[in-house]
Amino acid sequence: MVVENLVNDVKEVVTRWKDKEGNLIMILHDIQDRYGYVPREAALEVSRQSDSPLARIYEVLTFYNYFKLQPPGRFNISVCLGTACYLKGAPALIDEIRHLLHVEEGATTKDGIFHLQIVRCLGCCGLAPVITVDEKVYSAVKRADVAGIIAEHSKAVSKN
Amino acid sequence: MKRILIQDTNGDQKKALRDFSVSFTTQLRERGLSDAAQVVTVADIGVYNKGIVAKILPEGFIYVNLDAARIGEIIEKTIQKGEKVQDLLLDKKNKQMRLGLRNCGVIDPESIEEYIAVDGYQGLAKALAMGPEKVIEEMKKAGLRGRGGAGFPTWMKWNITRGIKGDLKYIICNGDEGDPGAYMDRSVLEGDPHSVIEGMMIGGLAIGATQGIFYIRAEYPLAVARIQKAIDVCYTKGLLGKNILGSSFNFDIEIRLGAGAFVCGEETALIASVEGLRGYPRPRPPFPSVKGLWGKPTVINNVETLANISYILFHGGEAFGKIGVEGSTGTKVFALTGKVRNSGLVEVPMGITLREIVFDIGGGVFENRKIKAIQTGGPSGGVIPEQFFDTPVGYESLQKLGSIMGSGGMIVLDENDCAVDISKFYLGFCVDESCGKCAPCRIGGTQMLVILKKISEGKGTEDDLKKLEQIAQAMQKASLCGLGQTAPNPVLSTLKYFMAEYRAHVIDHKCPSGKCASLVSYSINKEKCTGCGMCARVCPADAITGTRQEKYTIDAAKCISCGQCFDVCKFTAVIRQ
Ligand SMILES: Cc1cc2nc3c(=O)[nH]c(=O)nc-3n(C[C@H](O)[C@H](O)[C@H](O)COP(=O)(O)O)c2cc1C
Ligand code: FES
Repeated sequence: MVVENLVNDVKEVVTRWKDKEGNLIMILHDIQDRYGYVPREAALEVSRQSDSPLARIYEVLTFYNYFKLQPPGRFNISVCLGTACYLKGAPALIDEIRHLLHVEEGATTKDGIFHLQIVRCLGCCGLAPVITVDEKVYSAVKRADVAGIIAEHSKAVSKN
Repeated sequence: MKRILIQDTNGDQKKALRDFSVSFTTQLRERGLSDAAQVVTVADIGVYNKGIVAKILPEGFIYVNLDAARIGEIIEKTIQKGEKVQDLLLDKKNKQMRLGLRNCGVIDPESIEEYIAVDGYQGLAKALAMGPEKVIEEMKKAGLRGRGGAGFPTWMKWNITRGIKGDLKYIICNGDEGDPGAYMDRSVLEGDPHSVIEGMMIGGLAIGATQGIFYIRAEYPLAVARIQKAIDVCYTKGLLGKNILGSSFNFDIEIRLGAGAFVCGEETALIASVEGLRGYPRPRPPFPSVKGLWGKPTVINNVETLANISYILFHGGEAFGKIGVEGSTGTKVFALTGKVRNSGLVEVPMGITLREIVFDIGGGVFENRKIKAIQTGGPSGGVIPEQFFDTPVGYESLQKLGSIMGSGGMIVLDENDCAVDISKFYLGFCVDESCGKCAPCRIGGTQMLVILKKISEGKGTEDDLKKLEQIAQAMQKASLCGLGQTAPNPVLSTLKYFMAEYRAHVIDHKCPSGKCASLVSYSINKEKCTGCGMCARVCPADAITGTRQEKYTIDAAKCISCGQCFDVCKFTAVIRQ
């Protein structure tokens, strides 16, 4: 992480929100948009620049599921565990991913390539069960399809 | 060239359908019309339980309950002259009615011009001319109740806040949409952002607020972008800011994002979140309408509620009040999903029966399985078994059945879904999402979940069923906020309607629907097994062995009951017990 940029990045974000009351969550959103997660250095910098205790920042970060404290993987696999997807077999897909990638939910594979997360209703229940890998949506996924979806992305990595 | 689309079917009609298509083609040829029309079989026209169904293009006529004797007439009238055969036409009494979704998919959501062209911001103009009292009066005539879950009359909520003195008041749009199987608010925010903004401005005018806030979940980036764009353009057109439309009304709007916490859909937790804090609910009273955001009087309305308001002001409260039924006026959008044929958003007038929604609009369940129940209200709601499907939709009618209208999730369950499993799913969700502030919800929820897990593993006792009820009642009474108060509902309602299924789990150690993995065992029927070996290939536990001649067997000691062999066998040779 380039620290100079970080200081400036944080300054930009904090300045943008400085006149708004209750801005901490919005500041953290902007930081996460930029880095894909909220690095500890950034949290420290926000604390310094916005004059709020670090504990106050982590209090918020750890309450809300959306904020990530670890860098995301190269690819982020989200498995929907909303009601429709659950009923149509999403738990088996999660099992299969765990089994193939040796990764738990909310964690990244050792090689940093895949991150697995569970989400609640992606708003396309008609296509359940749904998996997304970054922006790409896979619908009506069967357990047997999972290996192929993963391979599609592992291949992309080995090519580069 | 005309096209005759014939809907394919898997049932016993398969042969009749093929004969029908063949005779249609033959008769066309005999009349020398082979080049004028073509018969095509398609997967789905969207009409069910109406015999052979065909759609003629380009006219778009849909004919139902067809038989070969009518082919000649169809060719003469429709294919050759483009006329209808009246008695074959599908009775298209459309059961849906679009108010909240009126512009979704119709106008370009990023174009304010298109919104204005469909009478957009006319409701606001009327409201400005009427003044706050009359607006509230109009809302009272409309009888609109909150679409976010609780169903509190909107006019009353506004009236309370209007009556409180204060220089600064807020109106917040609740776009947190927490129910994990519902997405109607997202569709409105994305598909018709201006209608929600207009509704918010009318609300602001009525209660005397000058600041509006959209609280939208961060998981909906497109909704956020569309609302932001709509806000920006409103400022450039003088629809936001000072002296709106030349009046003395000033109003500003900004967006705040949620961050993945279900409890933030609850009003007081939402306010805490907008204030940049952890989303902990606060005891009520004081109610937000009196003391809300930054301690100021605040009204919180759901997205769909607001989208209806612009409609009401434009068309008049009385006209709106005539739609639906006494006590529950207007329409409701449901996200109809689960084991139903046609999943999707449906908007229906209140008072329509559940059966009409599930069968006439949804097309019933897949593969002619037996329908078991529907679930409404998500994690705060309950199940409604099929014997009550003739109940008309309304706030009180659903509550009487032990469920709620909720925000609009409607999940169809079939015979393969297990009552214990579904309660475990919803309760698990609430336990995950409990903020942990109050003990009844934090501890009660966890304990109930422990018991449900035990039951689903066949280790539960009859005493556990009693305990579930006891803890549930304590949670309902003693929890601080709506999350804990309503979290036991799915469990209580399944206990009420599917006690026999719970008892099968605790007494016979069986899961009748075959869902609870620990309670089912798999074996292979050698008569039916063809020795193809698919089951052995998918088995993750290497529990299946065999050869083509000797057929396959499952080693019960190794089997983990995942059911993959059952799903994959094309010859129904795998037996689940
Ligand atoms: C745990 C919990 C979650 C809720 N989630 C939502 C939600 O996602 N969206 C919503 O509009 N209302 C939700 N509500 C209801 C709101 O607290 C509130 O009643 C509603 O937004 C008021 O708007 P209305 O009167 O227009 O319905 C939730 C309530 C509870 C207790
Ligand atoms: S439940 Fe998975 S998309 Fe809605």
